[in-house]
Formats: sequence, structure tokens, C-alpha cells
Amino acid sequence: MRYLARRLLHATLLLLAASFFSFAILQSAPGDYFAPMGLNPQVSSRTIAGLRSRYGLDRPLPVRYGHWLRGVFNGDLGLSFAYNSPVAPLLAIRARNTLLLTATSMLLAWLIAIPLGIWSALHRGKWGDRAGGAFASALLTVPDLMLFLVLLLVAVRTGWFPTGGMVSTAFGDLNMWSKIADIARHLLLPALGLALATLPPLLRHVRSAMIEVLDAPFIRAARAHGIREWRVLLRYALPVAASPLISLFGFSVATMLSASLLVEVILSWPGLGPLLVDAILAKDVYVVIGAVMLSSVFLVAGNLFADLLIFAADPRVRVE
Amino acid sequence: MTRRRKLVGALILLAAFQSLILLAGFFAPYDFASQNRERPFAPPTALHFVDARGHFHFRPFIYDLEDAKRSGEGSSAGSGPSYPVHFFVRGAPYKIAGVFASCIHLFGVEASGRIFLMGSDAYGRDQFSRFLFGGQISMLAGLIAAILSVSIGIVVGGIAGYYGGWLDELLMRGGELFLALPWLYLLFAVRAALPLHISQWEVFLLLVSVMGLIGWTRPARLIRGVVLSAKQRNFVAAARGFGASDAYLLRRHVLPQTYGVLLTQLTLLIPQYVLAEVTLTFLGLGVGEPMPSWGALLSSLQQYYVLSSYWWMFLPALFLLPLFLAFYTAADALQELHKRVAL
Repeated sequence: MRYLARRLLHATLLLLAASFFSFAILQSAPGDYFAPMGLNPQVSSRTIAGLRSRYGLDRPLPVRYGHWLRGVFNGDLGLSFAYNSPVAPLLAIRARNTLLLTATSMLLAWLIAIPLGIWSALHRGKWGDRAGGAFASALLTVPDLMLFLVLLLVAVRTGWFPTGGMVSTAFGDLNMWSKIADIARHLLLPALGLALATLPPLLRHVRSAMIEVLDAPFIRAARAHGIREWRVLLRYALPVAASPLISLFGFSVATMLSASLLVEVILSWPGLGPLLVDAILAKDVYVVIGAVMLSSVFLVAGNLFADLLIFAADPRVRVE
Repeated sequence: MTRRRKLVGALILLAAFQSLILLAGFFAPYDFASQNRERPFAPPTALHFVDARGHFHFRPFIYDLEDAKRSGEGSSAGSGPSYPVHFFVRGAPYKIAGVFASCIHLFGVEASGRIFLMGSDAYGRDQFSRFLFGGQISMLAGLIAAILSVSIGIVVGGIAGYYGGWLDELLMRGGELFLALPWLYLLFAVRAALPLHISQWEVFLLLVSVMGLIGWTRPARLIRGVVLSAKQRNFVAAARGFGASDAYLLRRHVLPQTYGVLLTQLTLLIPQYVLAEVTLTFLGLGVGEPMPSWGALLSSLQQYYVLSSYWWMFLPALFLLPLFLAFYTAADALQELHKRVAL
């Protein structure tokens, strides 16, 4: 319990510091959303000043930060200049989509990595393991950008997959099951791309963690007792190998979030990525801060979750 | 022994790539900005050795398909006017490393013809030349940012590891802050803070320094770890016993032990930062026209019609693969090598 409390406190402090950091950077930027309006002779400088004061851009930085922070606790992330609407609902939909995409690909990546990693560890040094290793290295060499572009090319050329968006135009008329199928069809390509982009390090780590465990004397003892091989693997070896893998899961959240930004832009998935890029180009500050903060919340939450999982799975941590 | 061979192979590949990029002006037949508006999206020019009558030529030659199309002779190879490829020809002036001016190019064809080894882009600019010149920008970005990250890493990690205590705590907690923010988002946030309309060199320098500043945490942590164990070594204790100062100990005994980690980190970080620059520029947030960079070369692929009809626009990305492979192989081999040295 004390462990949980300490981790929670740590995460909160980290988020607070991160929010102040990104807020300070963004707000100290020269120029704002209304600056280009000054070039228009039709708009008087008084109108611009009025708009600035309405959106609170004329107050000093700590005041704005305090105001923003107080808003956050009430679920208010400020106003978007470009959309002229509150940021929170805008972000909520996008965050949901990003979460759907990243969660699916995370699941996909681990579902590929664990069996394949175990198999490689069992057939260490044989041609299958070498082929797997070569595949992982090759995948690691291919930049994410190129991987996603090739996927887009496949979608455009074959017409098997939709090339963008999350739903078809006729989405509203579908019944529930077809709706789910429609989303799944749109989700397939971005999720696959993201899973492939995060796969190589997972594969390597699963393999090396399993190899380390399989060499341990207690596994030989279990085998000598005549316990069936799959039971040795799943019941005895995997739980011991799990703990470094869980912390790897925490780290992989970060890479996945960064890669998801790119895949969303290239394959037009309506997540946080495209919103953020547009907001940056328009200097829509509160949207940018909101998106950056949300992504760090995801990241910190992922790490926290990993910490708790380790705590639950590994008795050695509990003793400390 | 095979590991050493791998490292040597990777280093040779890297050296070849780097010299190609450094001497871009010499190897590229054209200037990166010279346009041929009448030849947009020209496919890669094929080199021929056998002419229409079946005679073999040692000097390769090309057919100008564009010219053939215009004079209505059809566009099949062998029908247009042919241009032999000349070597060491005079062409557009350029400077190597911004100092040595010259106008000799490795190869080229007569002025009325065009040779596009990797095709041309929407403005009819030679992709091959742009790839080489773009490499200068992208590699420079990667190099500067990586050196910046590692230098901050060595200072912070060295201090944190050597002195320990509250200083260590403070620095490492600060580093956690940078790890807690997803780096691409963070990079974007900082890019958002920069004015959108400043000169390209300013954008470039700001971008590079921001990338370098964000990435110091990982090298700092690794170096801290090495310093922590390095200062426990007996010879360090002995030197301290003889009255060596902290500065001397760090410089003479502790930091040299981190060089292996440092080198590995550098080889790992450079391709990462090159990719970061490529990604940002691809999304329209990096260096802009007319400066060529690898990201700018790829950014035309964001349009569906370019993506699906002009396959040669993928070529720059394809040529990057051996470069990244060389970097990763070198980093892998270095890591193994210094691990064995340490044991």
C-alpha cells in the first residue's frame, strides 16, 4: 500500500512538473494565434487586444498557469482559438481514438512477440531463431516513416483497405455489428503498422529474458521431473521472465505514443497526432498543451501500471 | 573475430556514405535547386551500353525520352536523341564544406539533355542531386544534436555519478521529467513555440539544439552508472590517496572509463536524430524549401497521386536503409566490444 501511494505521488509530481515545463515553453514563444491578424488593415489593434484579453493572453505567465491548472481540475483545458470551442471535448474524442489505436497495436505486438520470442529462445541458434533475429534487425532498420508510407501505398494500390479516417461515410446507417466491423476494417492498417514498428525490441527482450530463465537449474529440475514442456514454459519459466518484460512494457508506451503520432498523420487516423500538427501550425496554444499533457498522462499512466504489475507479479519487489 | 569484421564493414559503409554526402557537389550532376519545369516527375534515367544497331559502347549513354516525346517520335527507348555520359565535366558551381569552390562534376551529359539517376520531382529537380545535398542537412542535424546530447549527458552524468547525494537526486529527477514526456510530442511542442517564419538556418539550428537538449537523459543515466562503478575502482582510490583533486580524478581516471558507452551512445543517437529531423520536415515542421533534406524529399509522398504513380519517389528512403543498417550494426558491435574490454 505504501508502495502504491509513493508511486502515485511520484506520478502526480512528475505530471505537474511536466505541465509547468511545457506551459512555460509554449507561452514564452514569440507571437501568438492573433499576431497574424495584425497584418490585416481591416482589424484594429483594439480588437486584437480585446481578443487577447478575452482568451487571457495578456496576463503574466504564472497567473495564466494557475488559471489553467485550476481549470484542469474542473475538467476545463482552456479554449481553442481555431475551433472556437473548449479544448477538453475536442481532445477527448481524439484521445479516445488514439487510445483505441495504441491499445490494439500494443496487444497485437505482444501477442506476436511473446510466442515468437519463446519459440526463438527454445530454438536458440537454429535457422528459425536466426531468421527471426534477422527479421527483427531488418524491421528495426526500416524507419517508421517508411514503413507507414509503404502501408499507405499498399492501401492505395490494392484498394483492400480504406486509406484514411476511422469510419465509412455510411457509418450512421449501420447496425451495431457492422459498425464494429467497419471500425475494425479502418483500424487494421494503422494498428498493424504501429505493432510492426514496436515489435523488434519486444521480440529481442522476450527472447533474451526467456533464454536467461531457461538456463536456470530449476527449469532443468522441472524438466527432469517429467513435467510437460508447455507447462514448464508457461507455468514455470514465463512468470520468472515476466518482470523485466513488464518494465519493458512501461517503456514501450513511450515509443508507441511517438510512433502513433506519425502513423495517425500518414494514414489519416483521427487521433491526437493530426490535431496536434494542425494546432502547432495555427499556434493554437491550449490545444497543443492539452495534447502534450494528455500524451504524457498516457505515458506516466503506462509506467505506473507497469510498476503496479511488477509489484503484483514479482515477490522480490514486495520484499524491498 | 566476426564481430570485429562486422564493425569494420559497417565503418567502411559509413565512411563511403559520409564522403559521398560531404562531396555532394562533386558527385551530384546538378545543383539541388535547379528546376526543369518541363520535366516534372521524370522517371529515373536508364544507362545504356548497347545502341539501337546492337553495337556495344564502353562509355554509357542515355536516351532523352522527354525530347523524343515532344518531337512525336514515341517514347520507347532507342528512339530519342542519345547523349553519351561524360566524366569530370564542368557544370554548376558548388562549394565543398562551404570552402573549396569548384565546378567539376563526376559525371554529366551535354546541356540539352538531362540525366536523372533517381528521377525528378514536381519541379523537375534532380532527385539524386537533392538526395546528396539533402544528406548534408540531415546528417549535420543528426551529428550536432547527438554531440550536444552526449556532451550534456557526460557533464550531468559525470557530476551526478561522481558527487552523488542531493545533486545526484536533483539531476536524475530532472531527467525523469524529460523521459515522462513523449519525445516526439515534446519536440513538437517546442517547435510550436518557435515562430513559423524565421530564416531556414535559424529553424535548422533551433531544431537541432532542441533535439539535442531533449535527448540528454539517456546518455546521462548510462554515464552516471559507469561513473558510479568507475570511482569505486582501486586505482581511483589510490590516486585519491595520493592527493589527486576531483577535477584531475574525473579527467584522468573516471571519464576515460566512460568512452566506450559514449561512443556507443553516439552511434545510436545519430541515426535517431537524423530520423527525427526527417520526421519533422516530413510533417512540414522542419527546415523548408528550398533547402533539401531527406525529410523534404519524402514529404511529397504525402500526396496520394505521387505515392501511387511515381515509385521512384520512394528511392531516397530505400537508399537510407543501408545507412541506418550500418549505424545500428556499428553500435551493436561497439557495445559488445567494450563489454568484453571491461570484463
